[in-house]
Amino acid sequence: MSENSLAITKFSDLANPTRFLTLVARLLPWMAGTTVLLFALGLYLGFAAEGDYQQGETVRIMYVHVPAAWLSMMCYTVMAASAIGTLVWRHPLADVSAKTAAPLGAGFTLIALITGSLWGKPMWGTWWVWDARLTSVFVLFLMYLGLIALNRAMDDPSKAARVSAVLILVGFVNIPIIKFSVEWWNTLHQPASVVRLDGPTIDPEFLRPLLVMAVAFTVLFFTLHLAAMRNEILRRRVSAQRRLAARMAAREA
Amino acid sequence: MIALFLRDLKLSIRAGGGALIGVLFFMTIVAVIPFGVGPDLNLLARIGPAIVWIGALLSALLGLDRLFQAEREDGSLDLLLMHETPLVLTVAVKCLAHWVGTSLPLVIASPLLGLFMNMDETAIAAVMLTLIVGSPAITFIGAVGAAVAVVLPRGGLLVSILVLPLTVPVLIFGVSATYAAVQEPAPFMPPFLILVAITLFFAALGPAAAALALRNSAE
Repeated sequence: MSENSLAITKFSDLANPTRFLTLVARLLPWMAGTTVLLFALGLYLGFAAEGDYQQGETVRIMYVHVPAAWLSMMCYTVMAASAIGTLVWRHPLADVSAKTAAPLGAGFTLIALITGSLWGKPMWGTWWVWDARLTSVFVLFLMYLGLIALNRAMDDPSKAARVSAVLILVGFVNIPIIKFSVEWWNTLHQPASVVRLDGPTIDPEFLRPLLVMAVAFTVLFFTLHLAAMRNEILRRRVSAQRRLAARMAAREA
Repeated sequence: MIALFLRDLKLSIRAGGGALIGVLFFMTIVAVIPFGVGPDLNLLARIGPAIVWIGALLSALLGLDRLFQAEREDGSLDLLLMHETPLVLTVAVKCLAHWVGTSLPLVIASPLLGLFMNMDETAIAAVMLTLIVGSPAITFIGAVGAAVAVVLPRGGLLVSILVLPLTVPVLIFGVSATYAAVQEPAPFMPPFLILVAITLFFAALGPAAAALALRNSAE
Protein backbone atom coordinates (compact mmCIF):
# COMPACT_ATOMS: atom_id res chain seq x y z
CA MET A 1 0.00 0.00 0.00
CA SER A 2 1.93 2.92 -1.26
CA GLU A 3 0.05 5.76 0.37
CA ASN A 4 -0.14 4.02 3.75
CA SER A 5 3.52 3.21 4.07
CA LEU A 6 4.42 6.75 3.08
CA ALA A 7 2.16 8.49 5.50
CA ILE A 8 1.68 6.49 8.63
CA THR A 9 2.27 9.59 10.73
CA LYS A 10 -0.15 11.81 8.88
CA PHE A 11 -2.46 9.68 6.86
CA SER A 12 -5.22 12.27 6.79
CA ASP A 13 -2.82 14.90 5.45
CA LEU A 14 -2.55 12.91 2.26
CA ALA A 15 -6.20 13.51 1.50
CA ASN A 16 -5.00 16.88 0.29
CA PRO A 17 -3.91 16.21 -3.29
CA THR A 18 -1.45 19.08 -3.36
CA ARG A 19 0.44 17.71 -0.38
CA PHE A 20 0.42 14.30 -2.00
CA LEU A 21 1.75 15.76 -5.23
CA THR A 22 4.68 17.49 -3.50
CA LEU A 23 5.50 14.27 -1.66
CA VAL A 24 5.40 12.33 -4.92
CA ALA A 25 7.57 14.92 -6.65
CA ARG A 26 10.18 14.49 -3.92
CA LEU A 27 10.02 10.68 -3.82
CA LEU A 28 9.70 9.79 -7.46
CA PRO A 29 13.28 10.48 -8.66
CA TRP A 30 14.71 8.45 -5.78
CA MET A 31 12.39 5.55 -6.43
CA ALA A 32 13.07 5.61 -10.15
CA GLY A 33 16.80 5.61 -9.46
CA THR A 34 16.48 2.69 -7.03
CA THR A 35 14.48 0.79 -9.61
CA VAL A 36 17.15 1.24 -12.27
CA LEU A 37 19.93 0.23 -9.90
CA LEU A 38 18.06 -2.84 -8.64
CA PHE A 39 17.21 -3.92 -12.16
CA ALA A 40 20.83 -3.52 -13.25
CA LEU A 41 22.00 -5.58 -10.27
CA GLY A 42 19.24 -8.16 -10.66
CA LEU A 43 19.79 -8.64 -14.38
CA TYR A 44 23.56 -8.86 -13.88
CA LEU A 45 23.13 -11.52 -11.18
CA GLY A 46 20.55 -13.28 -13.31
CA PHE A 47 22.85 -13.56 -16.30
CA ALA A 48 25.93 -14.28 -14.22
CA ALA A 49 24.26 -17.16 -12.37
CA GLU A 50 24.85 -20.64 -13.69
CA GLY A 51 22.23 -22.32 -15.82
CA ASP A 52 20.28 -25.15 -14.29
CA TYR A 53 21.67 -28.63 -15.02
CA GLN A 54 18.30 -29.73 -16.33
CA GLN A 55 16.71 -26.59 -17.68
CA GLY A 56 19.86 -25.01 -19.09
CA GLU A 57 19.65 -21.36 -20.00
CA THR A 58 15.85 -21.18 -19.94
CA VAL A 59 15.92 -21.06 -16.16
CA ARG A 60 16.70 -17.34 -16.49
CA ILE A 61 13.12 -16.77 -17.58
CA MET A 62 12.28 -17.38 -13.95
CA TYR A 63 13.89 -14.08 -12.94
CA VAL A 64 11.22 -12.20 -14.87
CA HIS A 65 8.34 -14.66 -14.67
CA VAL A 66 8.19 -15.25 -10.93
CA PRO A 67 8.44 -11.58 -9.82
CA ALA A 68 5.86 -10.54 -12.40
CA ALA A 69 3.48 -13.23 -11.15
CA TRP A 70 4.01 -12.11 -7.56
CA LEU A 71 3.39 -8.53 -8.55
CA SER A 72 0.20 -9.41 -10.40
CA MET A 73 -1.20 -10.73 -7.13
CA MET A 74 0.23 -7.96 -4.98
CA CYS A 75 -1.24 -5.35 -7.28
CA TYR A 76 -4.69 -6.82 -6.81
CA THR A 77 -4.13 -6.81 -3.07
CA VAL A 78 -3.21 -3.12 -3.26
CA MET A 79 -6.40 -2.54 -5.23
CA ALA A 80 -8.45 -4.42 -2.65
CA ALA A 81 -6.91 -2.37 0.16
CA SER A 82 -7.68 0.80 -1.78
CA ALA A 83 -11.22 -0.45 -2.32
CA ILE A 84 -11.63 -0.78 1.43
CA GLY A 85 -10.22 2.74 1.76
CA THR A 86 -12.77 3.97 -0.75
CA LEU A 87 -15.75 2.29 0.86
CA VAL A 88 -14.91 2.73 4.52
CA TRP A 89 -13.02 6.01 4.82
CA ARG A 90 -13.99 7.61 1.51
CA HIS A 91 -10.33 8.51 1.19
CA PRO A 92 -10.05 10.48 -2.05
CA LEU A 93 -6.68 9.03 -2.91
CA ALA A 94 -7.94 5.49 -2.53
CA ASP A 95 -10.19 6.01 -5.58
CA VAL A 96 -7.22 7.17 -7.59
CA SER A 97 -5.03 4.37 -6.30
CA ALA A 98 -7.49 1.62 -7.19
CA LYS A 99 -8.15 3.06 -10.61
CA THR A 100 -4.52 3.50 -11.59
CA ALA A 101 -3.40 0.14 -10.22
CA ALA A 102 -5.67 -1.83 -12.56
CA PRO A 103 -3.74 -1.23 -15.83
CA LEU A 104 -0.44 -1.88 -14.03
CA GLY A 105 -1.79 -5.14 -12.66
CA ALA A 106 -3.01 -6.14 -16.09
CA GLY A 107 0.45 -5.38 -17.45
CA PHE A 108 2.28 -7.49 -14.87
CA THR A 109 -0.21 -10.33 -15.33
CA LEU A 110 0.34 -10.21 -19.07
CA ILE A 111 4.12 -10.32 -18.57
CA ALA A 112 3.74 -13.30 -16.24
CA LEU A 113 1.49 -15.10 -18.73
CA ILE A 114 3.74 -14.44 -21.72
CA THR A 115 7.00 -15.36 -19.99
CA GLY A 116 5.32 -18.39 -18.48
CA SER A 117 4.22 -19.43 -21.93
CA LEU A 118 7.73 -18.95 -23.32
CA TRP A 119 9.11 -21.00 -20.45
CA GLY A 120 6.46 -23.66 -20.80
CA LYS A 121 7.26 -24.38 -24.44
CA PRO A 122 10.77 -25.80 -23.84
CA MET A 123 9.99 -27.29 -20.40
CA TRP A 124 6.51 -28.75 -20.71
CA GLY A 125 6.45 -28.99 -24.49
CA THR A 126 3.42 -26.77 -24.86
CA TRP A 127 2.65 -23.06 -24.87
CA TRP A 128 -0.43 -23.36 -22.72
CA VAL A 129 -2.13 -25.92 -20.53
CA TRP A 130 -5.42 -25.53 -18.71
CA ASP A 131 -3.78 -26.12 -15.39
CA ALA A 132 -5.22 -24.63 -12.20
CA ARG A 133 -2.53 -21.99 -11.71
CA LEU A 134 -2.53 -20.88 -15.33
CA THR A 135 -6.30 -20.78 -15.54
CA SER A 136 -6.71 -18.79 -12.35
CA VAL A 137 -4.06 -16.27 -13.42
CA PHE A 138 -5.81 -15.95 -16.76
CA VAL A 139 -9.05 -15.28 -14.90
CA LEU A 140 -7.20 -12.62 -12.91
CA PHE A 141 -6.12 -11.01 -16.18
CA LEU A 142 -9.72 -11.00 -17.43
CA MET A 143 -10.84 -9.43 -14.16
CA TYR A 144 -8.28 -6.64 -14.50
CA LEU A 145 -9.51 -5.92 -18.02
CA GLY A 146 -13.13 -6.00 -16.88
CA LEU A 147 -12.40 -3.54 -14.09
CA ILE A 148 -10.60 -1.20 -16.49
CA ALA A 149 -13.58 -1.38 -18.84
CA LEU A 150 -15.96 -0.69 -15.95
CA ASN A 151 -13.98 2.37 -14.92
CA ARG A 152 -13.97 3.63 -18.48
CA ALA A 153 -17.73 3.12 -18.86
CA MET A 154 -18.71 5.59 -16.18
CA ASP A 155 -18.43 9.36 -16.34
CA ASP A 156 -18.54 10.26 -12.67
CA PRO A 157 -15.14 9.23 -11.22
CA SER A 158 -16.17 8.97 -7.58
CA LYS A 159 -19.22 6.85 -8.34
CA ALA A 160 -17.15 4.68 -10.66
CA ALA A 161 -14.60 4.21 -7.89
CA ARG A 162 -17.19 3.15 -5.33
CA VAL A 163 -18.95 0.73 -7.63
CA SER A 164 -15.76 -0.86 -8.88
CA ALA A 165 -14.52 -1.07 -5.28
CA VAL A 166 -17.37 -3.48 -4.55
CA LEU A 167 -16.40 -5.62 -7.53
CA ILE A 168 -12.72 -5.52 -6.59
CA LEU A 169 -13.55 -6.86 -3.16
CA VAL A 170 -15.74 -9.61 -4.56
CA GLY A 171 -13.03 -10.54 -7.04
CA PHE A 172 -10.47 -10.77 -4.25
CA VAL A 173 -11.80 -14.31 -3.76
CA ASN A 174 -9.60 -15.26 -6.68
CA ILE A 175 -6.30 -14.32 -5.00
CA PRO A 176 -6.23 -17.15 -2.43
CA ILE A 177 -7.36 -19.48 -5.19
CA ILE A 178 -4.32 -18.50 -7.28
CA LYS A 179 -1.96 -18.75 -4.33
CA PHE A 180 -3.07 -22.20 -3.25
CA SER A 181 -4.13 -23.61 -6.61
CA VAL A 182 -0.83 -25.45 -6.96
CA GLU A 183 -1.33 -27.10 -3.59
CA TRP A 184 -5.03 -27.91 -3.81
CA TRP A 185 -4.83 -29.36 -7.29
CA ASN A 186 -1.84 -31.47 -8.15
CA THR A 187 -0.92 -30.05 -11.51
CA LEU A 188 1.84 -29.35 -13.97
CA HIS A 189 2.85 -26.03 -12.44
CA GLN A 190 5.29 -26.56 -9.59
CA PRO A 191 4.25 -25.73 -6.02
CA ALA A 192 5.63 -22.80 -4.07
CA SER A 193 9.35 -23.13 -3.52
CA VAL A 194 10.47 -19.77 -2.12
CA VAL A 195 7.99 -18.73 0.56
CA ARG A 196 7.53 -21.85 2.66
CA LEU A 197 7.39 -22.63 6.33
CA ASP A 198 10.39 -24.95 6.17
CA GLY A 199 12.56 -22.51 4.25
CA PRO A 200 13.07 -22.15 0.52
CA THR A 201 13.71 -25.36 -1.42
CA ILE A 202 15.35 -23.46 -4.23
CA ASP A 203 19.12 -23.33 -4.49
CA PRO A 204 20.72 -20.09 -3.15
CA GLU A 205 22.47 -19.73 -6.51
CA PHE A 206 19.06 -19.07 -8.08
CA LEU A 207 17.46 -17.54 -5.03
CA ARG A 208 19.72 -14.47 -4.79
CA PRO A 209 19.04 -13.02 -8.25
CA LEU A 210 15.39 -13.96 -7.89
CA LEU A 211 14.98 -12.01 -4.67
CA VAL A 212 16.81 -8.99 -6.09
CA MET A 213 14.56 -9.07 -9.12
CA ALA A 214 11.50 -9.41 -6.90
CA VAL A 215 12.49 -6.30 -4.96
CA ALA A 216 13.25 -4.51 -8.24
CA PHE A 217 9.84 -5.37 -9.64
CA THR A 218 8.15 -4.24 -6.44
CA VAL A 219 9.92 -0.89 -6.46
CA LEU A 220 9.11 -0.57 -10.16
CA PHE A 221 5.46 -1.17 -9.40
CA PHE A 222 5.33 1.47 -6.68
CA THR A 223 7.21 3.96 -8.84
CA LEU A 224 4.81 3.45 -11.72
CA HIS A 225 1.84 3.45 -9.39
CA LEU A 226 2.80 6.74 -7.77
CA ALA A 227 3.48 8.30 -11.16
CA ALA A 228 0.15 7.04 -12.47
CA MET A 229 -1.65 8.40 -9.41
CA ARG A 230 0.00 11.78 -9.92
CA ASN A 231 -1.05 11.76 -13.58
CA GLU A 232 -4.59 10.81 -12.66
CA ILE A 233 -4.84 13.66 -10.14
CA LEU A 234 -3.45 16.11 -12.69
CA ARG A 235 -5.84 14.77 -15.32
CA ARG A 236 -8.79 15.33 -13.01
CA ARG A 237 -7.59 18.83 -12.29
CA VAL A 238 -7.31 19.58 -15.99
CA SER A 239 -10.81 18.34 -16.67
CA ALA A 240 -12.13 20.35 -13.71
CA GLN A 241 -10.39 23.46 -15.05
CA ARG A 242 -11.81 22.84 -18.50
CA ARG A 243 -15.30 22.53 -17.11
CA LEU A 244 -14.78 25.75 -15.19
CA ALA A 245 -13.50 27.50 -18.30
CA ALA A 246 -16.47 26.29 -20.31
CA ARG A 247 -18.82 27.61 -17.66
CA MET A 248 -17.08 31.00 -17.63
CA ALA A 249 -17.22 31.16 -21.41
CA ALA A 250 -20.91 30.38 -21.34
CA ARG A 251 -21.50 33.11 -18.80
CA GLU A 252 -19.66 35.69 -20.87
CA ALA A 253 -21.45 34.85 -24.06
CA MET B 1 -40.91 -10.19 1.71
CA ILE B 2 -43.24 -12.87 0.42
CA ALA B 3 -45.12 -10.20 -1.46
CA LEU B 4 -41.89 -9.01 -3.04
CA PHE B 5 -40.98 -12.58 -3.91
CA LEU B 6 -44.33 -13.21 -5.59
CA ARG B 7 -44.21 -9.86 -7.37
CA ASP B 8 -40.80 -10.53 -8.86
CA LEU B 9 -41.77 -14.05 -9.80
CA LYS B 10 -44.90 -12.89 -11.57
CA LEU B 11 -43.00 -10.16 -13.36
CA SER B 12 -40.33 -12.53 -14.58
CA ILE B 13 -42.89 -15.03 -15.87
CA ARG B 14 -45.49 -12.69 -17.30
CA ALA B 15 -43.25 -10.01 -18.74
CA GLY B 16 -42.53 -12.37 -21.61
CA GLY B 17 -38.81 -11.83 -21.42
CA GLY B 18 -37.43 -13.92 -18.59
CA ALA B 19 -38.10 -17.59 -18.20
CA LEU B 20 -39.16 -18.62 -21.68
CA ILE B 21 -36.43 -16.74 -23.48
CA GLY B 22 -33.86 -18.19 -21.10
CA VAL B 23 -34.94 -21.74 -21.79
CA LEU B 24 -35.08 -21.07 -25.54
CA PHE B 25 -31.56 -19.60 -25.46
CA PHE B 26 -30.38 -22.63 -23.49
CA MET B 27 -31.86 -25.02 -26.05
CA THR B 28 -30.40 -23.04 -28.93
CA ILE B 29 -26.89 -23.09 -27.47
CA VAL B 30 -27.05 -26.82 -26.85
CA ALA B 31 -28.57 -27.45 -30.26
CA VAL B 32 -25.83 -25.50 -32.00
CA ILE B 33 -23.01 -27.56 -30.47
CA PRO B 34 -23.59 -30.74 -32.57
CA PHE B 35 -23.35 -28.61 -35.70
CA GLY B 36 -19.96 -27.46 -34.54
CA VAL B 37 -18.43 -30.72 -33.33
CA GLY B 38 -20.31 -33.10 -35.63
CA PRO B 39 -23.06 -35.60 -34.83
CA ASP B 40 -20.78 -38.22 -33.25
CA LEU B 41 -22.95 -39.69 -30.49
CA ASN B 42 -20.08 -41.05 -28.42
CA LEU B 43 -18.27 -37.76 -28.44
CA LEU B 44 -21.49 -35.93 -27.58
CA ALA B 45 -22.14 -38.28 -24.69
CA ARG B 46 -18.66 -37.57 -23.38
CA ILE B 47 -18.80 -33.78 -23.58
CA GLY B 48 -22.56 -33.58 -22.97
CA PRO B 49 -22.52 -32.68 -19.26
CA ALA B 50 -20.03 -29.89 -19.88
CA ILE B 51 -22.10 -28.49 -22.73
CA VAL B 52 -25.32 -28.55 -20.74
CA TRP B 53 -23.55 -26.79 -17.88
CA ILE B 54 -22.03 -24.10 -20.10
CA GLY B 55 -25.39 -23.56 -21.79
CA ALA B 56 -27.12 -23.20 -18.44
CA LEU B 57 -24.44 -20.79 -17.21
CA LEU B 58 -24.76 -18.55 -20.25
CA SER B 59 -28.53 -18.52 -20.24
CA ALA B 60 -28.61 -17.83 -16.49
CA LEU B 61 -26.50 -14.75 -17.18
CA LEU B 62 -28.80 -13.68 -19.99
CA GLY B 63 -31.48 -12.04 -17.90
CA LEU B 64 -29.33 -11.04 -14.97
CA ASP B 65 -28.48 -7.49 -15.91
CA ARG B 66 -32.19 -6.70 -15.75
CA LEU B 67 -32.42 -7.77 -12.10
CA PHE B 68 -32.44 -4.19 -10.79
CA GLN B 69 -32.69 -2.25 -14.01
CA ALA B 70 -36.48 -2.32 -14.31
CA GLU B 71 -36.84 -1.22 -10.67
CA ARG B 72 -34.45 1.59 -11.32
CA GLU B 73 -36.41 2.76 -14.33
CA ASP B 74 -39.84 2.86 -12.68
CA GLY B 75 -38.47 4.21 -9.41
CA SER B 76 -39.33 1.31 -7.14
CA LEU B 77 -35.64 0.76 -6.46
CA ASP B 78 -35.65 3.92 -4.35
CA LEU B 79 -38.60 2.56 -2.40
CA LEU B 80 -36.71 -0.68 -1.78
CA LEU B 81 -33.68 1.31 -0.63
CA MET B 82 -35.75 3.35 1.81
CA HIS B 83 -37.57 0.35 3.14
CA GLU B 84 -37.13 -0.66 6.77
CA THR B 85 -36.17 -4.25 6.06
CA PRO B 86 -32.43 -4.68 5.57
CA LEU B 87 -31.42 -4.19 1.97
CA VAL B 88 -29.37 -7.39 2.06
CA LEU B 89 -32.52 -9.36 2.78
CA THR B 90 -34.43 -7.63 -0.01
CA VAL B 91 -31.64 -8.39 -2.45
CA ALA B 92 -31.50 -12.00 -1.33
CA VAL B 93 -35.25 -12.39 -1.83
CA LYS B 94 -35.03 -10.82 -5.25
CA CYS B 95 -32.22 -13.22 -6.14
CA LEU B 96 -34.32 -16.18 -5.02
CA ALA B 97 -37.28 -14.98 -7.07
CA HIS B 98 -35.02 -14.51 -10.06
CA TRP B 99 -33.61 -17.99 -9.56
CA VAL B 100 -37.05 -19.57 -9.38
CA GLY B 101 -38.19 -17.54 -12.36
CA THR B 102 -35.29 -18.15 -14.72
CA SER B 103 -32.84 -20.78 -13.46
CA LEU B 104 -35.33 -23.37 -12.28
CA PRO B 105 -36.87 -23.70 -15.77
CA LEU B 106 -33.34 -24.28 -17.07
CA VAL B 107 -32.86 -27.08 -14.55
CA ILE B 108 -36.17 -28.60 -15.56
CA ALA B 109 -35.27 -28.36 -19.23
CA SER B 110 -31.85 -29.91 -18.78
CA PRO B 111 -32.90 -33.63 -18.85
CA LEU B 112 -34.41 -33.16 -22.29
CA LEU B 113 -31.19 -31.63 -23.56
CA GLY B 114 -29.29 -34.42 -21.85
CA LEU B 115 -31.25 -36.87 -24.01
CA PHE B 116 -30.32 -34.88 -27.10
CA MET B 117 -26.70 -35.23 -26.05
CA ASN B 118 -27.02 -39.02 -25.76
CA MET B 119 -26.16 -38.98 -22.06
CA ASP B 120 -27.16 -41.95 -19.90
CA GLU B 121 -29.57 -41.74 -16.97
CA THR B 122 -26.97 -41.31 -14.23
CA ALA B 123 -25.33 -38.46 -16.10
CA ILE B 124 -28.68 -36.72 -16.63
CA ALA B 125 -29.59 -37.07 -12.98
CA ALA B 126 -26.17 -35.83 -11.96
CA VAL B 127 -26.41 -32.80 -14.25
CA MET B 128 -29.82 -31.95 -12.83
CA LEU B 129 -28.64 -32.32 -9.27
CA THR B 130 -25.48 -30.25 -9.75
CA LEU B 131 -27.40 -27.60 -11.68
CA ILE B 132 -30.01 -27.28 -8.98
CA VAL B 133 -27.29 -26.86 -6.38
CA GLY B 134 -24.91 -24.75 -8.44
CA SER B 135 -27.17 -22.35 -10.29
CA PRO B 136 -28.11 -20.28 -7.19
CA ALA B 137 -24.43 -19.37 -6.91
CA ILE B 138 -24.54 -17.98 -10.46
CA THR B 139 -27.57 -15.88 -9.56
CA PHE B 140 -25.95 -14.55 -6.39
CA ILE B 141 -22.71 -13.65 -8.19
CA GLY B 142 -24.71 -12.11 -10.99
CA ALA B 143 -26.66 -9.97 -8.52
CA VAL B 144 -23.43 -8.09 -7.77
CA GLY B 145 -22.96 -7.46 -11.47
CA ALA B 146 -26.59 -6.41 -11.82
CA ALA B 147 -26.25 -3.96 -8.95
CA VAL B 148 -23.20 -2.47 -10.63
CA ALA B 149 -25.05 -2.31 -13.93
CA VAL B 150 -27.66 -0.02 -12.40
CA VAL B 151 -25.32 2.95 -12.62
CA LEU B 152 -23.99 2.08 -16.04
CA PRO B 153 -25.53 3.95 -18.93
CA ARG B 154 -25.35 0.80 -21.03
CA GLY B 155 -24.56 -2.20 -18.87
CA GLY B 156 -25.52 -5.44 -20.57
CA LEU B 157 -22.44 -7.00 -22.01
CA LEU B 158 -20.00 -5.49 -19.54
CA VAL B 159 -21.83 -7.18 -16.67
CA SER B 160 -21.47 -10.57 -18.31
CA ILE B 161 -17.76 -9.95 -18.83
CA LEU B 162 -17.31 -8.98 -15.19
CA VAL B 163 -19.39 -11.81 -13.80
CA LEU B 164 -18.25 -14.69 -15.98
CA PRO B 165 -14.71 -15.01 -14.53
CA LEU B 166 -16.16 -15.26 -11.04
CA THR B 167 -18.45 -18.10 -12.01
CA VAL B 168 -15.56 -20.26 -13.21
CA PRO B 169 -15.26 -22.19 -9.91
CA VAL B 170 -18.97 -23.05 -10.04
CA LEU B 171 -18.54 -24.40 -13.54
CA ILE B 172 -15.41 -26.37 -12.66
CA PHE B 173 -16.93 -28.15 -9.69
CA GLY B 174 -20.35 -28.59 -11.25
CA VAL B 175 -18.90 -30.35 -14.27
CA SER B 176 -16.35 -32.35 -12.29
CA ALA B 177 -19.07 -33.59 -9.91
CA THR B 178 -21.13 -34.68 -12.91
CA TYR B 179 -18.22 -36.53 -14.45
CA ALA B 180 -17.41 -38.10 -11.10
CA ALA B 181 -20.94 -39.53 -10.97
CA VAL B 182 -20.50 -41.12 -14.40
CA GLN B 183 -16.92 -42.32 -14.35
CA GLU B 184 -16.47 -44.94 -11.69
CA PRO B 185 -13.19 -44.41 -9.80
CA ALA B 186 -13.70 -40.72 -9.02
CA PRO B 187 -15.82 -40.10 -5.92
CA PHE B 188 -18.93 -37.96 -6.40
CA MET B 189 -19.21 -36.38 -2.99
CA PRO B 190 -16.07 -34.18 -2.66
CA PRO B 191 -16.66 -31.98 -5.76
CA PHE B 192 -20.39 -31.94 -5.03
CA LEU B 193 -19.86 -30.77 -1.45
CA ILE B 194 -17.43 -28.10 -2.65
CA LEU B 195 -20.12 -26.95 -5.09
CA VAL B 196 -22.58 -26.70 -2.19
CA ALA B 197 -19.99 -24.76 -0.21
CA ILE B 198 -19.45 -22.33 -3.12
CA THR B 199 -23.20 -21.74 -3.37
CA LEU B 200 -23.51 -21.07 0.36
CA PHE B 201 -20.47 -18.80 0.31
CA PHE B 202 -21.84 -16.68 -2.50
CA ALA B 203 -25.30 -16.73 -0.94
CA ALA B 204 -23.71 -14.81 1.93
CA LEU B 205 -21.29 -12.65 -0.06
CA GLY B 206 -23.38 -11.88 -3.15
CA PRO B 207 -26.40 -10.11 -1.61
CA ALA B 208 -24.17 -8.18 0.81
CA ALA B 209 -21.94 -6.90 -1.98
CA ALA B 210 -24.93 -6.16 -4.22
CA ALA B 211 -26.60 -4.19 -1.43
CA LEU B 212 -23.38 -2.25 -0.90
CA ALA B 213 -23.16 -1.42 -4.60
CA LEU B 214 -26.82 -0.38 -4.72
CA ARG B 215 -26.41 1.91 -1.72
CA ASN B 216 -23.34 3.53 -3.24
CA SER B 217 -24.94 4.02 -6.61
CA ALA B 218 -28.07 5.54 -5.15
CA GLU B 219 -26.38 8.58 -3.63
